[in-house]
Amino acid sequence: MPRYLSLVRIDETTAPAEGPSPELMQRMGELIEEITKAGVMLDTAGLTPSAQGTRVSRQGGKISVTDGPFTESKEVIGGYALMQCKDMAEAVEWAKRFVNVHEDYWGITCEVRQIAEG
Amino acid sequence: MEQQPTAAPAPDGATGAIEAVFRIESARIIAGVARIVRDVGIAEELAQDALVAALEQWPRDGVPDNPGAWLMTAARHRAIDLVRRRERYARKLAEVGRDLEAAPPHLDDPADPDDIDDDLLRLVFTACHPVLSAESRIALTLRLLGGLTTAEIARAFLVPEATVAQRIVRAKRTLATKGVAFEVPYGPEREARLGSVLDVIYLVFNEGYAATAGDDLLRPALCEDALRLARVLAELMPEEPEVHGLASLLEFQASRTAARTGPSGEPVLLGEQNRARWNRMLIARGVTALGRADAAATVLGPYALQAAIAACHAHAHTYEETDWARIATLYGLLAARSPSPVVELNRAVAVSMAEGPGPALEIVDRLAAEPALRDYHLLPSVRGDLLSRLGRTAEARAEFERAARLARNARERELLRARAEEHRATGPSGGGR
Repeated sequence: MPRYLSLVRIDETTAPAEGPSPELMQRMGELIEEITKAGVMLDTAGLTPSAQGTRVSRQGGKISVTDGPFTESKEVIGGYALMQCKDMAEAVEWAKRFVNVHEDYWGITCEVRQIAEG
Repeated sequence: MEQQPTAAPAPDGATGAIEAVFRIESARIIAGVARIVRDVGIAEELAQDALVAALEQWPRDGVPDNPGAWLMTAARHRAIDLVRRRERYARKLAEVGRDLEAAPPHLDDPADPDDIDDDLLRLVFTACHPVLSAESRIALTLRLLGGLTTAEIARAFLVPEATVAQRIVRAKRTLATKGVAFEVPYGPEREARLGSVLDVIYLVFNEGYAATAGDDLLRPALCEDALRLARVLAELMPEEPEVHGLASLLEFQASRTAARTGPSGEPVLLGEQNRARWNRMLIARGVTALGRADAAATVLGPYALQAAIAACHAHAHTYEETDWARIATLYGLLAARSPSPVVELNRAVAVSMAEGPGPALEIVDRLAAEPALRDYHLLPSVRGDLLSRLGRTAEARAEFERAARLARNARERELLRARAEEHRATGPSGGGR
């Protein structure tokens, strides 16, 4: 059964400064419990804001280290979920449910990618 | 009152999305409906009816916001209608002098998550009921809980589809005619029945694991199905140590999958596996599950003990650096809990690594008369290995040849022939492996 990584991209400008609402945390907790109980969730976590992140890159042989926030990008990785599903359609269905627990003011995208096996 | 679909019309390919929803929800729907109608066969049909309704309505009206709840509601309504029709029929019978049978089920229970968990457990215990043959339990579990089609089960077990279909039909009928209660057993019956559930999942896993070297990729997929079932069960029964023990064992076994075969599909034995290819995340999950088993148990059961052995391998950087003394002890405990010649043979291997080939050969020689191992190629294979390490080359070669004759898997046979050949050319050698 293939594994899928759901990369959760969020628009940090739409995310509330005080963090996710208690209602969202509750719905999210229930959903994560449901995905775990279905034997699907292998690992998941949210990330701290990009302001606390650092990018290490190498371009043309030159290494550069940039501290966040990464204001030039509209969406940054806000979290991930690693799931084991029958197929892409199932992984996408879980991702739909994940974005669905968020309030309407969130700009949120789950990019679901299959993990190359072997 | 069914929920009104609210979302935008489903795009093309909605059928795939609907099937994905159904795959996710089907076991819960079947379980929830079976509690009402008390018959898993009828419950499965009603769940299918709800799916057909979704396939008709969703592409037209849009996929509802909560598709799982929509399907559950649709299926429950059908179940309640069926029970009401039965009740009316029963009342009419009563009017002509017959008694109403058992009290009607609680039709208006809200479908809260705890109920769903309980329903799923009832479904697991019903599908694995001892009144059914082992094959039927496996087929029914994969069908009702794993969501596999009859064709998928047939391909995985290399039997005709008609055989599986018949097995499932007969199993459902047996459950109905024997009046098997749709319930989770309690008290002394619980342990025995849980044993049957765990064994079914383990058998499914092994069916796939033993065939990993084969050509058919569907059989290894059985490992994933079994692992998923074990994970589901562990979340449903968090207080049962052996459930975590089984989940842990399967996580550990699955963690080695990539390393178990070489580039051309040949089996690679534990000692030669590239441990960098072991899946660290599955190992971590195995460790966590074993910790939960340990925390819930006063004494570890057979699956947890096997998981503890697997954990020793997972923690070792090389085969030689493995804590063989601990593994030998764990096999001793396992032999005391559930004695078997195969466990004893494995203990011999651990003893050979911890204390040397001499004491191990004594254990193996005691097993020589075991009828259960008479055709088991690993007995002469292990014995050959021990004799080789003791420098008894000619005897070792004879054992490897015998093992090669008994091996069923072609790849394994080649490996054993090659080992026999090694002991033909080179004279006595003390070179241990």
